[in-house]
Amino acid sequence: MSLLQIHEPGATPEPHASGGAVGIDLGTTNTVVAVAQGGAVDVIRNPDGHALIPSVVAYTADGPLVGEAARRMLLDDADLVVTSIKRLMGRGAKDVATMGGTAAYTMAPGDGMARIVVAGRTYSPVEISAEILRAAKARAEHALGRTVDRAVITVPAYFDDAARAATKDAAKLAGLDVLRLINEPTAAALAYGLDQGAEGLYAVYDLGGGTFDVSLLKLEKGVFRVIATGGDAALGGDDFDAALAQRFLAERAAIRGPETPTQAEVKLTMAGARLAKECLSWQERGTWCVEIGGAMTHHAVDQAAFEVVIADLVERTIGITADVLAEARIAIADVKGVVLVGGSTRVPLVRRRVQALFGREPLADINPDEVVAAGAALQAEALTVGGGTLLLDVTPLTLGIETMGGLVEAIVPRNAPIPLARAQEFTTYQDGQTAMAIHVVQGERETVDGCRSLARFELHGIPPMVAGAARIGVTFAVDADGLLTVAARERTTGVAADVTVRPSYGLEEGEIERLLRESMINARADMIKRLLIEARVEADRTLAALAGALKTDGDLVDAAERHAIEDGAETLRRAAAGTDRDAIALAVEELGRATAAFAERRMDRGIGAALTGQSVERLAAKLSG
Amino acid sequence: MAFCATCRAVQPLAAIDHFARLGLRPGFDLDDAVIERAYVDRQQDLHPDRFVTRRAQERRYSAEQSMALNEAFEVLRDPLSRAEYLLELAGHGVDRHGETIDDPELLAEALESREALADAGSPADVATLMAATARLADACRADLSARIAAPDWTGAARATRRLRYLAKLDDEARRRSLAFGAIRT
Repeated sequence: MSLLQIHEPGATPEPHASGGAVGIDLGTTNTVVAVAQGGAVDVIRNPDGHALIPSVVAYTADGPLVGEAARRMLLDDADLVVTSIKRLMGRGAKDVATMGGTAAYTMAPGDGMARIVVAGRTYSPVEISAEILRAAKARAEHALGRTVDRAVITVPAYFDDAARAATKDAAKLAGLDVLRLINEPTAAALAYGLDQGAEGLYAVYDLGGGTFDVSLLKLEKGVFRVIATGGDAALGGDDFDAALAQRFLAERAAIRGPETPTQAEVKLTMAGARLAKECLSWQERGTWCVEIGGAMTHHAVDQAAFEVVIADLVERTIGITADVLAEARIAIADVKGVVLVGGSTRVPLVRRRVQALFGREPLADINPDEVVAAGAALQAEALTVGGGTLLLDVTPLTLGIETMGGLVEAIVPRNAPIPLARAQEFTTYQDGQTAMAIHVVQGERETVDGCRSLARFELHGIPPMVAGAARIGVTFAVDADGLLTVAARERTTGVAADVTVRPSYGLEEGEIERLLRESMINARADMIKRLLIEARVEADRTLAALAGALKTDGDLVDAAERHAIEDGAETLRRAAAGTDRDAIALAVEELGRATAAFAERRMDRGIGAALTGQSVERLAAKLSG
Repeated sequence: MAFCATCRAVQPLAAIDHFARLGLRPGFDLDDAVIERAYVDRQQDLHPDRFVTRRAQERRYSAEQSMALNEAFEVLRDPLSRAEYLLELAGHGVDRHGETIDDPELLAEALESREALADAGSPADVATLMAATARLADACRADLSARIAAPDWTGAARATRRLRYLAKLDDEARRRSLAFGAIRT
């Protein structure tokens, strides 16, 4: 194809160079994808310059829609739209019933993993998150002009094992190989630390849409060592919205008496409250409206009133932060800096309270919406290309197993550095006992009901012995992604027993495989879509190269030739706007023909210039040698 | 050797003690910063993040090495567990899960301080108690250091039990003061 010759020497983009992996911040409200090269981060934006992909999925008749387009559908087709699905990752149906701010979902019946019903179909949070990850992957592929199949994905530090496993499953469904799951505050610290060459103790306060995390890190010579972490996996900006929406509804009820809003109206009220919150981060006051059953009410709120509404929620985060410091036995004066992460840290009250706690102005000079993805991208580069920095993270929650009477025996404490392996010995409590049920839990409470159930499995084949004679070693291993595997073995006889771990709130056995099979069936459609995207990228590149060539060497074409070239370019532009890949390829080819003579003349000029340069160089070499 | 610096290859896990794992001379008097430096330097070479794109076997070795480093670091960085580990290496292991105190002198001391903690009516009372506990723990660590250096293993075991009890007391006092809201600002 002669048009390729138009590219400036050395500036030729490599269409399918296999480059590094990307970093993805899969957020409750927004998702961001970034890529790093040579330690410099590029946050990937859409043509309008927006980095944030709203983590919103709409299930339309034509298939799923993700991002801004899906978010806009909230206005007219709220029933088809799913928001804040991250809050349900790794959760059981029972947990969801007790969570706040989930009135906007229709939960599917059943008591395993939480699933929601949208447009008459049941979806797991894993599938919905996979849609968001697919959109992030597609955006990266479009921008980079190559296939992207490896990623570092961030999760809240306080995510439990089930939520981490669910995130990894979602990536698998989206066709992404997860190089590493890293914690969001750690990723943010990485972006800041590398940026500023910081050393010493730092605190990261990360208040996102649905989760709150606080981490204490020690930065030294490129090593980011997490000392302690804490948080609340169900506390975030969404709760601010819900609290403000509650106020709106209470004000309405005071005027109009009790009402029962539809689910779509609840979603809209929440969206209105969210808008109000965002406006109140920079303006003093405003008035917002709520419409239920066709009747509209107006609600005036100023910053002071908003701060009263969210005060308790903010205090909870401050209390958790103080506890993490106290538990790590770190004096506030020893903390060299506080980093703010997450869109909710734009709320002035949050900033003021964090500043008051630490007695210093928090760092927020990297965009709090993009800093986590930037850190993930840096880590993706460090993992694939290599690099001097190292992240050493910890377990967020205590891991243990259920013992007699519903008590929990801790095996791995929280804030233990990962990867780790811990073994503990248990024994039988009945004569002749040949099997043992093992229930793995995670949490800080001493009773099983206060903790999250992670998995149950049975150990069979214990030789019959008197009670207390068997020695059953249970080993917990947590890998560098923070994911747990459990093994059990009877030691006295060396009998190894089969162990199957079934996550309590994960996808059921074989489900991932089924979903992957389904996506294989859709793979053809996906492939066609991808080829179209690639053709468009190629078209964009060709047009850009042509424009550059005409600018520098426009004098080489006469009016008639220029007319033909511009016609060809216009045809290509139109084809690229359509969905027919063959038409795009044909237009590229035709434009190639129309520019062949121009390209040749440019080559001549280029070679001429190069030769001139070379002869002078040779002459110089001869003279000096 | 866990890691070959020339070919940057990770080796399978060797059966060595935690001190050797971190390249430290076995002993009680170790500086926090020295332990941390030794730990971090070794993680720089052995952590699984360094082997993401390598073969499965290397990745497994790296995970095992990194886990062993974490375990060594966890055991050695806290003076109490370091002392317990030294006793274990010397064949005088104390049962870490034993909750009962059989030393009558220590028992009397424990009863007395528990009572004092229960009677503490204000954050200031708890703070005074915690300061006293910290002073006792400092003295106990000094005693422990001398006995391990001697070595007087029986005396070291007794001092270790006392140090463990003092740590527990400090923990309880801390929880008590959290309940007062004294540490929260």
